[in-house]
Amino acid sequence: MAKTIMTVDDSASVRQMVSFTLKQNGYEVVEANDGKDALAKLAGTKVDMVITDLNMPNLDGIGLIKGVRANPSYRFTPIIMLTTESQESRKQEGKAAGATGWIVKPFKPEQLVAVVKKVLG
Amino acid sequence: MDAHRQAYKEEAYELLAELETSLLELEEAPDDFDLINRVFRAMHTIKGSGAMFGFDDIAAFTHEVETVFDLVRNGGMAVTTELVNLTLSSRDLIKGLLDASDGGEPVAATDLAEVVARLKRLVPAPKIGSPLPAGPAAEPAAVADAGKVVPVTYRLRFVPVPEVTVNGTNPLLLLGELRELGKCRIVAQMANVLLLDALNPECCYIFWDVILTTDRGIDAIKDVFIFIEDDCELKIDVIDDGGALDTDADYKKLGIILTERGDLSLAEMDEILSRQKRFGELLVENNVVPPEKVESALVEQQHVKEVRKERQAQENASSIRVPADKLDLLVNLVGELVTVQARLSQTAAGKADPVLVTIAEEVERLTNELRDTALNIRMLPIGTTFSKFKRLVRDLSAELGKDIELTTAGAETELDKTVIEKLNDPLVHLIRNSLDHGIEAPEARLAAGKPRQGTVHLAAVHSGDSVLITITDDGAGLDKEAIRAKGIERGIIPANAELSDKEIFGLIFAPGFSTAKTVTSVSGRGVGMDVVKKAIEALRGTIDLASERGKGTVITIKLPLTLAIIESLLVKIGVDSFVIPLSIVEECVELTRDDLKNAHGRNLANVRDQIVPYVPLRERFRIAGETPEIEQIVITRVHDSRIGFVVDHVVGEHQTVIKSLGKMYKDVNGLSGATILGDGSVALILDIPRLVRDVELEQLTN
Repeated sequence: MAKTIMTVDDSASVRQMVSFTLKQNGYEVVEANDGKDALAKLAGTKVDMVITDLNMPNLDGIGLIKGVRANPSYRFTPIIMLTTESQESRKQEGKAAGATGWIVKPFKPEQLVAVVKKVLG
Repeated sequence: MDAHRQAYKEEAYELLAELETSLLELEEAPDDFDLINRVFRAMHTIKGSGAMFGFDDIAAFTHEVETVFDLVRNGGMAVTTELVNLTLSSRDLIKGLLDASDGGEPVAATDLAEVVARLKRLVPAPKIGSPLPAGPAAEPAAVADAGKVVPVTYRLRFVPVPEVTVNGTNPLLLLGELRELGKCRIVAQMANVLLLDALNPECCYIFWDVILTTDRGIDAIKDVFIFIEDDCELKIDVIDDGGALDTDADYKKLGIILTERGDLSLAEMDEILSRQKRFGELLVENNVVPPEKVESALVEQQHVKEVRKERQAQENASSIRVPADKLDLLVNLVGELVTVQARLSQTAAGKADPVLVTIAEEVERLTNELRDTALNIRMLPIGTTFSKFKRLVRDLSAELGKDIELTTAGAETELDKTVIEKLNDPLVHLIRNSLDHGIEAPEARLAAGKPRQGTVHLAAVHSGDSVLITITDDGAGLDKEAIRAKGIERGIIPANAELSDKEIFGLIFAPGFSTAKTVTSVSGRGVGMDVVKKAIEALRGTIDLASERGKGTVITIKLPLTLAIIESLLVKIGVDSFVIPLSIVEECVELTRDDLKNAHGRNLANVRDQIVPYVPLRERFRIAGETPEIEQIVITRVHDSRIGFVVDHVVGEHQTVIKSLGKMYKDVNGLSGATILGDGSVALILDIPRLVRDVELEQLTN
């Protein structure tokens, strides 16, 4: 069965691109436009992996990662954060919150797929 | 991509509008942290997405503005009217850049530089404006991999912290990634596994020893662990650098490996070495090193031995380039030599001189070796052709709007150079057919419950004295009914003909046959399967086709190993000699005058209760003279049908060096070449498939 990946980003174009790339590679995609939206949608759907932006209104990426890890059913779900600049401190913050890995923006579709394969198999 | 770019632009215009309102509000309330964040986020998104969708100018410029605002966000500087003014101008410039990408007025670079310079002047103390990160940080190894790199063997010890799994990391996937880098052996180490009551089931206590031979470089290995570099202990040692080999191909002794790995001290080793017995067993018996660690070291020892052995074999097989015509000349000369040698053997046998016979036998042995070696020189792996097809499939599937992958096997299978060359066109045609007619469009595949991506598998394998090449696709398969209907329509088969699947598929090879409903730019170039078949037959090969509706098609091409020399059967009709390729000869049976009488003029022989049709060659070639009392039927198998050829008598097996017929004879039906016999006379090589086809055609028309 196809695995489901949630993409969380306040930029519709980034969501569209991530979603398009993943669907092309045979994944199902759930979109959310910020951390709050993502947590609400996670409660209703089974998701195998989360790809999230860091800077978002309402609830940012770090908050989302903490929220996801707090949910027992998503304790071991891979979470990849999209970071724009190589802000070391933010990356560490994300990792401490429970992120599995990161992708530095801008990225090419192949890189996204490579990372997804790396953490999702 | 264009749709994405459009989506980005729409979004960017919205963000610019929001940026403007936020900035104006910010001017009223310069300390409102929420507003500062909104401004920052808007620019952040414009920049991040901009770079992703190819708006590099926007990304670079916005980055500068964003950097300044990052300082504001972190409390490094205050919001001033000038900052707001400059940011508003920046916003207008970004809008200008966006408009320009749609064909609007271009933005002057000086305007951009001007605003950036003024922004920078606002920044208090230390420097800002680090350049935009050049490219993504992931996968740096891929770039460095240009050029040919020697495979290096690494020893890795990968010890993740037990909590590595709690962030959703699966160490097994990382080991899987390592496996994809090259020849890899992994030994799991259990030494750290706790007893059940102390064990946290959510943690990972296993660590791994990995021996990996790869040409991708150490960075590619480190990249595998990039996400968990802080959560694991990773030790990477080069244990074989792929360079020149020592004369001693033996790899390090077990004890050395263990001490290098830090699993054993030198003193311990000396202590144990002073006793007798196998070293590994001693270590385990004496509880110096646990068995898994010894096993792991043994794996390393074996791995490196293998890698070195392979490399040595490669180094020994160093090659020189020789122009093809020199090789052709060599093979020709060897051919002449084989002929002369046959004459020598024949003469020697007639003379009954023991010395001469000995010499003749010696020459025969050497000639045979020389012949095999000379022919071998012309053998090339078929793999070079395979790689060309990858490109073909890639380009063609794009052209056809399909998603098709070409997989290959047996690239190392060797074939005569000329065969490979002549095989190219037929293979191109067959692969094209598979792509165009065979494999369905992605939507159709999904609808049929197949994976979106179609596969064409090209494989080569040795089989006795032939090479089998198969082209397998997982496409729609052939439509038997359509082919049958077309065959009837074209008058190739009668309307009521009952045909086996094989016979129906065989129709495809009829001249001018096509079932394609529409002619595309790929197919329909006027070349049909009949041309493919002819080309394969010209190589003395056969082609077969099997297909299952909805599942796909398999085309099998069988080719002789070489074209220059064949094993054949020498036969005589009157004083004329002929040779028949031995590969298609099944058996020889006698044909007596009585048999002929009983057959009542029909050319059918009863061979162990099976009726075999035959062709009297004397009659066919109009050779004068009387047939002997007992003739011979050479029974051949062509395309799964048995057919006999009647000759006066069978001389025996013969090494035939093929000489092409002169231009004068190139249109003579039924002969494919000539050869020179031991006594200097010429024998003609029978083109059996052609003869069979001619006879069949005649029967159909009569």
